[in-house]
Amino acid sequence: MFELLKPVKRFRKWESLFIIHPERLDEKDQVLEKIKQIVESKEGKILKIDEWGLRKLAYPIQKKKQGYYVLIEFYGLADLTKDLEEFFRIDERVIRFIIVKLKERFNPAEESAEVKEN
Amino acid sequence: MNDILNIKRRFLSRKKICKFCVDPNLKIDYKNPEILRSFLNEKGMIIHRKQTGTCAYHQRKLSIAIKRARIMALLPFVADVEME
Repeated sequence: MFELLKPVKRFRKWESLFIIHPERLDEKDQVLEKIKQIVESKEGKILKIDEWGLRKLAYPIQKKKQGYYVLIEFYGLADLTKDLEEFFRIDERVIRFIIVKLKERFNPAEESAEVKEN
Repeated sequence: MNDILNIKRRFLSRKKICKFCVDPNLKIDYKNPEILRSFLNEKGMIIHRKQTGTCAYHQRKLSIAIKRARIMALLPFVADVEME
């Protein structure tokens, strides 16, 4: 009976697209490193990093006309986004971000099985 | 009476087809602004579904995707303003 009262670890899967300051591209690796740290602190993992490169913005943001787009896919415990959002807001190297939920329930064990099949 | 019927028939003649229902490979995604752009007019406003023929379900998904793309500067909020 008491087994039911144990806290359940619930994993979720998200993706995030963010724009890095075009004049501080040399610090790009530091930003990615910091994101990795945050994700791993919540028992998560980054599954995919896709760099779109420098793109023209549809409208100026902070007087910048270009931005470096990076798309990441990751999973972790349910309250991971709170930390990540805080980091994105405070950090000046990231000028815009969005976090979209892909899966409500995510099982890391299943994910490794999928990778093997491929 | 016949006139009224004729007028009604004229409005009903055009058949509406939802692009996304016909082609299941075409996915609504905020990361793909090229597809979303065809649902905006020249000012950058969302065209209502009476004109484009999209079904209610897909129009809902479409409007969310367009708004997300606008936040990420993939699509403009106002298209008239040109960048110098």
